[in-house]
Amino acid sequence: MIVSRRGVLGGIAATIPAAAIGAALAYPFAPVAIADGVWMVAGSDEPIQRGNGGAIANITIIATPAGTVLVDSGPSLRYGEALKTVAEQLTGRKVIRVYITHLHPDHAMGLGAFPREIVAALPGTIADIEHNGQGFSDAMYRLLDDWMRGTDLALPGLPIRTDHEAFGGRNLRLMALSGHSSADLAILDEQTGTLIGGDLLFHRRAPATPTADLARWRESLAVLDRLAHKGAVPGHGPFDSSGREAIAQTRDWIGWLDSALNDAVRSGLDMVEAGEMPIPAPLAVMAAGRYELQRSVSHFYPALEGKLLPRIDQ
Amino acid sequence: MTQQAPSPPTDPLGSPMWQAHARTLFENNPVRFEPALKLSMPQIAEDQHRFPVALDARGLGEVKRMVIFADLNPIPLAADYHPLGAAPYLAIRIKLDQRTPVRGAVQLVDGSWLVNGAWVDAAGGGCSAPPVSRVRGDWAQHLGEIRGGAWPGEHGAARLRFTIRHPMDTGFVANIPTYNLETLNISCAGKLLGTIEIWAAMAEDPAFTLMPVAVPRDRLDITARDTNGRDYTAAVTVPAS
Repeated sequence: MIVSRRGVLGGIAATIPAAAIGAALAYPFAPVAIADGVWMVAGSDEPIQRGNGGAIANITIIATPAGTVLVDSGPSLRYGEALKTVAEQLTGRKVIRVYITHLHPDHAMGLGAFPREIVAALPGTIADIEHNGQGFSDAMYRLLDDWMRGTDLALPGLPIRTDHEAFGGRNLRLMALSGHSSADLAILDEQTGTLIGGDLLFHRRAPATPTADLARWRESLAVLDRLAHKGAVPGHGPFDSSGREAIAQTRDWIGWLDSALNDAVRSGLDMVEAGEMPIPAPLAVMAAGRYELQRSVSHFYPALEGKLLPRIDQ
Repeated sequence: MTQQAPSPPTDPLGSPMWQAHARTLFENNPVRFEPALKLSMPQIAEDQHRFPVALDARGLGEVKRMVIFADLNPIPLAADYHPLGAAPYLAIRIKLDQRTPVRGAVQLVDGSWLVNGAWVDAAGGGCSAPPVSRVRGDWAQHLGEIRGGAWPGEHGAARLRFTIRHPMDTGFVANIPTYNLETLNISCAGKLLGTIEIWAAMAEDPAFTLMPVAVPRDRLDITARDTNGRDYTAAVTVPAS
């Protein structure tokens, strides 16, 4: 089982925001309009930590004539409930569909705020959450404690077995891809040409790889690159109005990561040294680069050693 | 009249276990916290079963012993290395059972100890979860497989890296008794270049990076023994470039 263990190094106890002392925890919501009837709620470009309550992933709100559609649900029940209120006030219509792009807790653990039968995900994502969800839940409670209050592990009730869904004439194309995880959902809002890439897309923020298959990720990015779309909502980082920059940055980072880790093993670096490798200048625009590189070293290095270092026992 | 042993210096990390570990490991020798002793670790313990630590004492004088330990681990000490004919560099991977100070210490020829360390936040259970190969059930099929290589280094020392497949059972998992590598020697043409005592606090399938004194075409011999008395051997030749 793969369990995301995020945390901070420190001789310091994790800091508690002033607002958390004597007041109920509350997530700030500032949906920004990115296209006609589409808003993005930006996550913070940080690791999951108490200061941000785990709200690090971008969330998309789409107004359709039939009701409100959400893409991803945030890290906790508290977040999911607040998101529902904010989205329904914004659009004036009830939430009728919530898509979960992939298994990771910063996207999926708020889904308990919604009726199961309106929460849709790829069958592979539902299986992933079933398998890894408890470990993720444990890790999230350890890191975020009261932010997580009341959050139980919940599964999406609606497996996606179609390549599109229409809501009152607004057609959403559903693309079953993979690479960031074993099942990654990307969505194209055909009315505005807005691509919602989930964590297949990282924009000015280094990609996270705890469940990644880099070769499949590159194939999925090639599919998105061939798509005729306008702007793109990445899983993390600012909205990409060009629709291309996030694709290129994610592709460049994972391409560099793949070859740099192979080179590091071949040239005899240990894991600490590999985590301290210089990050090439063009990739320095990616926030949290050192942090994600060191996480990636942990994810990939032992297997690469097993593949690249020859047997020397006698 | 016997002189009373000096107390170890006050711990900058404020660890509850510092005094006890310092007395056990450093005995009555002088101890000082030394920022120039390079202890390198990632900024995040992504995997508490396999946390990389590198201890580099090059440039601090002749070193006779190097230890890496985690104060709050149930098995605090991971490795105790005598770099007899090697530059004082040791990189390994350890288990973390909870948030704990992780430290490196080196003993100089005058007997004094230099120490550096930092708190590392980690999820629980690094020492009390079963090894992956036990869960998968294939540990015995791969036991003792050694992979590695040697690379030309600096100042007459080569770089030697290797991993040994071993479950490194801590004894804290139900019905799986302690079973770990416990000694490892590096030699060249019969001359001992380094010895390491190893505890089960080292990660499953332990990995080592060392800098033995060797020139191109030297053959480095690795021998290890585990707590069942099983021997492991490997050899690697230092390449010319």
